[in-house]
Amino acid sequence: MTELATTSEALALHKQFCEDVMSMPGGEKIKICQQCGTCTGSCPTSYLMDWGPREIIAAFRAGMIDRVVKSNTIWLCTSCYSCTVRCPAGIKITDLMYELKRLAIKYDLAPKDGKAPAMTKYFVDSVHKHGRNHEVELMTKFMLTKDWGLPFKFAGTGLKLFTAGRLPLFAKNIKGKDELDKISAYLDAQEAKAQ
Amino acid sequence: MRYLYYPGCSSEATGKAYDISTRALMGKLGVELVELDDWNCCGATSYFSVRELDSFAIAARNLAIAEQQGDEDLCVICNACYTTLAKTNRYMADSPEVFEAVNGALGAVDRSYSGQKPVRHIMDVLINDIGLEALGEKVTHRLTGLKVACYYGCQYSRPMGAFDDTEFPVTMDQFFQALGAETVDFPGRVKCCGGMMMLTKEQGALRLCQELLKGAQDAGADVIVCACPLCEMNVEGYQPRVNKTFGTNFDIPVMYFTQLAGLAFGADPKQLAIDKQIVSCDRVVAAIPA
Repeated sequence: MTELATTSEALALHKQFCEDVMSMPGGEKIKICQQCGTCTGSCPTSYLMDWGPREIIAAFRAGMIDRVVKSNTIWLCTSCYSCTVRCPAGIKITDLMYELKRLAIKYDLAPKDGKAPAMTKYFVDSVHKHGRNHEVELMTKFMLTKDWGLPFKFAGTGLKLFTAGRLPLFAKNIKGKDELDKISAYLDAQEAKAQ
Repeated sequence: MRYLYYPGCSSEATGKAYDISTRALMGKLGVELVELDDWNCCGATSYFSVRELDSFAIAARNLAIAEQQGDEDLCVICNACYTTLAKTNRYMADSPEVFEAVNGALGAVDRSYSGQKPVRHIMDVLINDIGLEALGEKVTHRLTGLKVACYYGCQYSRPMGAFDDTEFPVTMDQFFQALGAETVDFPGRVKCCGGMMMLTKEQGALRLCQELLKGAQDAGADVIVCACPLCEMNVEGYQPRVNKTFGTNFDIPVMYFTQLAGLAFGADPKQLAIDKQIVSCDRVVAAIPA
């Protein structure tokens, strides 16, 4: 993982993160978080987190970007949206977690051995390649790079799924799969122009 | 009655039975489903972590195609696909910047989207377009005596809350009550199964599934019904792993809600792909009066 060596580097990054988060629809609401902790209390995975979502918001506002991106918190968000629908300040916390994941990947701050960042990447790769997510390809790639033990742990169920025809080996490509690349390329160009 | 239909990627693999049983169920109910032309992945949760706009734009490609293909509403079965597509509509309506950026990106592939195509969860269609009374009248095999745990999952009504409550949804219970079943008081109804975390942080997800299974068992459920391929996969496919990890011996049939409903409307278990389940559903099938 990249170390944020100097304070000026950390400050610049904090500024960048703030700008990015504020540019999201509703992103500015993070300013009115009153630290009530409803998000952490509602979170099904907070018991596994270094810091709960409430603390991540506090750390983010305090400019402690290191703590935000190096914690396991953002990668344990399962997108259940419990926090989002309950937040009394109307902060879209699930969207914030997505944005922080994106920034961690973009600035190369995500844990290198992390399974969740890899899963995200392989998912997107599979969709861009075929137009749809090919589950078997995704799982195979994930196993080969991140979890060699998976086939053994999952052998019994995997075999049953396979015989039930629930694990097709070959991917089908959609006709318009190139459109997805073009859509991303357009958005890349727009983002580059804005910076 | 006619709808455009978005099956979603899981319907081609682990969640095949959801698609097969949906088509059979809607056939029995006289509802025509027209599959969306050349649909792509909705982007699910992964795309949001790449760039929010990418996620909206690739979801909107489907909506743009839907708009071109017909005037019917777009019916979606997977909770996650439903949320992603419906969320795209909401953000495009709420933010002119998102609307413009999405249409800019679609313009790069000679498409455009008004932001207006109604995205409907299949349960919304069943409850609000067909209606509980009409459904009750069409039942050929009432699910009398069957105790059903309705597992809504996260993205059934969160964050949209479009057709049911975000905290305490009831539509799936009402649906199965109309079909003659008894729905149990299942505390896990909207709790998370762990989703993709089953692959990235297995122990954490297994614990969530263990709590769900225990909740259903304690409530005396004969079967758990789901409306999401990820919920179904985790709660059903990982039962052996849960048992191994926690020393439990769960053996609870888990079905897509469309499979159980299909039986009530006289579809054959084969037509509903009930043989594709990992935990045998023979007990459930046998309990339904012929």
